[in-house]
Amino acid sequence: MPPATSVPSFQEIVLRLKQYWGDRGCIIQEPFDVEVGAGTMCPETFLRVLGPKPYRTAYVQPSRRPADGRYGDNPNRLYKHMQLQVILKPTPVDVIEQYMGSLEAIGIDLRKHDLKLEEDNWESPTLGAWGVGWQVMLDGLEITQFTYFQQCGGIDLELVPAEITYGLERLTAFLQGVDSVYDIEWTPGVKYRDVRYADELQYSVYNFEMADVPTLWKLFEIHEGEAKRLLELFAASKEKARFPLLAAYDHVLKCSNLFNTLDARGAISVTERVGVIARVRKQAVGAAEAWLLQQQGEVAA
Amino acid sequence: MNLLVEIGAEEIPDWMIAGALEYLGSAVGNLLKEDSLAENPAVRTDATPRRLVVRAEGIAARKPDTEERVWGPAKSAPPAAVAGFAKKQGVAPDQLEVLNDGKAEKFSYLRKVPGRPATEILAEALPQLILKTPFPKTMYWTGKGGVRFIRPIRWIVALLDNEIIPFEIAGVASGNESSGHRKLGAARFPVTYETFEEKLRDNYVILSAEERRARIRAVATKYKCDNRLLDTLVNLTEWPTPITGSFDPEFLDLPKEVLITVMRSHQKYFSVETPDGNLAPQFVAVTNTDGDPEGLIRHGNERVLKARFNDARFFWDSDQKKKLSERIADLANVTFQAKLGSYLEKTERMDQLVLTLIVHREKPGKALTEEDLREAKVRYAFGPDSPEFYAVRASRLSKTDLTTELVKEFTELQGVVGGLYARAQGEPEEVAVAIYDHYKPVSMEDSIPRSIEGQLLALADKLDTLRGCFKVGLIPSGSKDPFALRRAAQGIVKILIEGKLRLPIQTLCEGDKTLIDFLAERIRHYFREIRGFEYDEINAVLAAPWDDLLDVEERLEAIRQVRPTPNFEPLAASFKRIRNILRQAEFAGLAEPLNEKLLERGPETELYQAFEATRLACRLAPDHWTRMEHIAALRPKVDQFFDKVLVNAPDPEVRRNRLSLLHIMMAEFSTIADFSEIVTAS
Repeated sequence: MPPATSVPSFQEIVLRLKQYWGDRGCIIQEPFDVEVGAGTMCPETFLRVLGPKPYRTAYVQPSRRPADGRYGDNPNRLYKHMQLQVILKPTPVDVIEQYMGSLEAIGIDLRKHDLKLEEDNWESPTLGAWGVGWQVMLDGLEITQFTYFQQCGGIDLELVPAEITYGLERLTAFLQGVDSVYDIEWTPGVKYRDVRYADELQYSVYNFEMADVPTLWKLFEIHEGEAKRLLELFAASKEKARFPLLAAYDHVLKCSNLFNTLDARGAISVTERVGVIARVRKQAVGAAEAWLLQQQGEVAA
Repeated sequence: MNLLVEIGAEEIPDWMIAGALEYLGSAVGNLLKEDSLAENPAVRTDATPRRLVVRAEGIAARKPDTEERVWGPAKSAPPAAVAGFAKKQGVAPDQLEVLNDGKAEKFSYLRKVPGRPATEILAEALPQLILKTPFPKTMYWTGKGGVRFIRPIRWIVALLDNEIIPFEIAGVASGNESSGHRKLGAARFPVTYETFEEKLRDNYVILSAEERRARIRAVATKYKCDNRLLDTLVNLTEWPTPITGSFDPEFLDLPKEVLITVMRSHQKYFSVETPDGNLAPQFVAVTNTDGDPEGLIRHGNERVLKARFNDARFFWDSDQKKKLSERIADLANVTFQAKLGSYLEKTERMDQLVLTLIVHREKPGKALTEEDLREAKVRYAFGPDSPEFYAVRASRLSKTDLTTELVKEFTELQGVVGGLYARAQGEPEEVAVAIYDHYKPVSMEDSIPRSIEGQLLALADKLDTLRGCFKVGLIPSGSKDPFALRRAAQGIVKILIEGKLRLPIQTLCEGDKTLIDFLAERIRHYFREIRGFEYDEINAVLAAPWDDLLDVEERLEAIRQVRPTPNFEPLAASFKRIRNILRQAEFAGLAEPLNEKLLERGPETELYQAFEATRLACRLAPDHWTRMEHIAALRPKVDQFFDKVLVNAPDPEVRRNRLSLLHIMMAEFSTIADFSEIVTAS
């Protein structure tokens, strides 16, 4: 077990990783303010990986997976977990060495641990996105998802970005030697439980028991309609450069989260499911294509 | 000269390494041969997760000079044409010769093709050769339109007798520097052909897969060696060191299937057995390190496993809150396949199929009616305790485990979990066992379900999948078989034959010709690969009508037994002759019976009499083997017929009658096997 004195707190780990990637040219962003299922869905990743402009960013993203909620009972499973998302576009040739450096920056002596990169490809049908890569295993624990993006919104990427996604709770529980995420020390004297337990309990109750299905469907349709309306207007618009595509994309994300909530609630039948995914995908792909067009205009101008 | 090529890449998926090496070895070998750089090159290939290595010895320094004769215009051609040809060859016209190319006199020139240095040839060929390595899923990394490989290439060693073969792939120039273990070795160091393995070893990379395998096997703890897992671990490590960890024995009250799956599939650990064959609270993990002196790695792995086991226990406990029998309706929310509906619909189809199989067994050879099915349903829906009742009950519950947390987490345990839950929830043991086994056999080597209930259920499940998928056009092509239909079909064949179930499989395919052909392919495969029957024997039997696979098996056995007897192959040759005669005459049989009066006395009548006697004997015979003996015994009469009788008789009536005799004989005896399919020496 690592010596107790050197064990960083949850927030210390976050700060050190941000510092580390900030030192390597990443823009340190703050979490995106629309609910998402993964850091990949944030515009900082989903839209920025498109087009020819190099970009580097790192940010923590609280990620909501309604179906994974366990009322705060399960020591390893959360409705809302925290990801540290790093995008390096294009990928530097020493990307894996840089990544390994980040682990050492949070106090893991890799000479004393077992690190393996095991094949794990990533695909999101809702986003029309996929990539190849690995799950990074540290002493048998999956701590990071590493992906070379190939396509996003159905579009082949011009520059191939590396996406590095750290599961912060797991990583911290590993470093702190605790068996339950709720026992993680957030900062000295404060446990993860103190900060997050209520979220887990209440959202589980909402998502599984109380969410009103007709209301969620209504919301889904409203957001879908708004995204669709905007994307259609964009197609006809003469002032593409100032068009609010980012706002349109927010509505796509709302749809995605509502779909996940409806799914957790058991409100989506087999026959509906494929169709609803296709509806979200259609808007997501539309947003990606429009964004690329807008960017190209900017590059040309 | 010696060749060393090392392609340094980021971690290559373990299961793709063997295929890549096979290609690289043969591609390099072919290149050396085609360019006459080596006659019989000894090419060796090796790999670790981060490198693919090709080495070859005995390579010539140069491709030798060669001569090539170039043919020009005819001797009679005008001087301008001759001069043009000479100019093209870069010589004066008087340096040309006039020779005969086998057809005519022509101007020609013996051109010298200078050889090239091996380095030059290799530098030119290797980049494309390397990039053509077939991988199941490739990526690009230098930008859109860039080269594709399995993972980014980060260094290349290319040496011919320690001279660098200069080339570049994706911006990486070849050189003489390799790279060591990510953490224990140096990032870059020079190598030569001779020092390569030793330098790698100094940098904590064991190049030989065999040696890595031996290191993994060399652990004091006696673990259950799973060869597939071993292969995976050999290809996941450059410096493998096994460590032994343990877990709290209190977890041993979880089913061992769950514990082993967690260890093997999710954590890539070997499970450990106690001397009396039970699961021990221990595991062996294989690290990519040179040891774990402080026990940090062991401790980490133990904690991960504990969390995993806790998850499994959590799922097990929460799954018990809702019985399998209460989960049937929930299957409406689990998709089987978009066009084929939910698992609830699949279950309903399977229920019907199980009843269908039961009725076929109760009334062999009879066509089945709706009424039969309804009756059977009433008879077996609520008991009495019988294999039929258990099979129907098992079918009803078979897919409900798909709605449990444990199966959502460990999908490979579908069926197994259902069986375990059924037992825990007080279902009859026969029902539990049938559910537990119903995905079996999962491979050619795997056993079939243990009980008749399990066999019926497994058949119904697989038949439904096949019938449904073929109906909506999801038919496997080439290597694409996303629903594992080949495995399902193979499973059906194995269960029917090894379970000794007499069922009309063609009838069960509802006349779907494509599906029947697909099944026939698996039947051929089974009898050839597992049972060692000859191609032609299987072809002969399957060319005759078939439905029950046990009958097919018996016919094959009969052929196998009768084949070495002296009469058989000559008779088969005669059948082939008969078939050809009938085909040439375009003779498809007569509406009226054979006219015995037209038969010539002597060989023709004798053949006819022998045929009639054999036909009768065959009908009375107790088995195919006896039938086959009777048929084979016809040989002298057939031979005599062909010796003495002219089939193409001048009288058309007689001729037609003769053809008819052959046709009737052929048709009568081809119901067991089409003997003309047998390959004979004569």
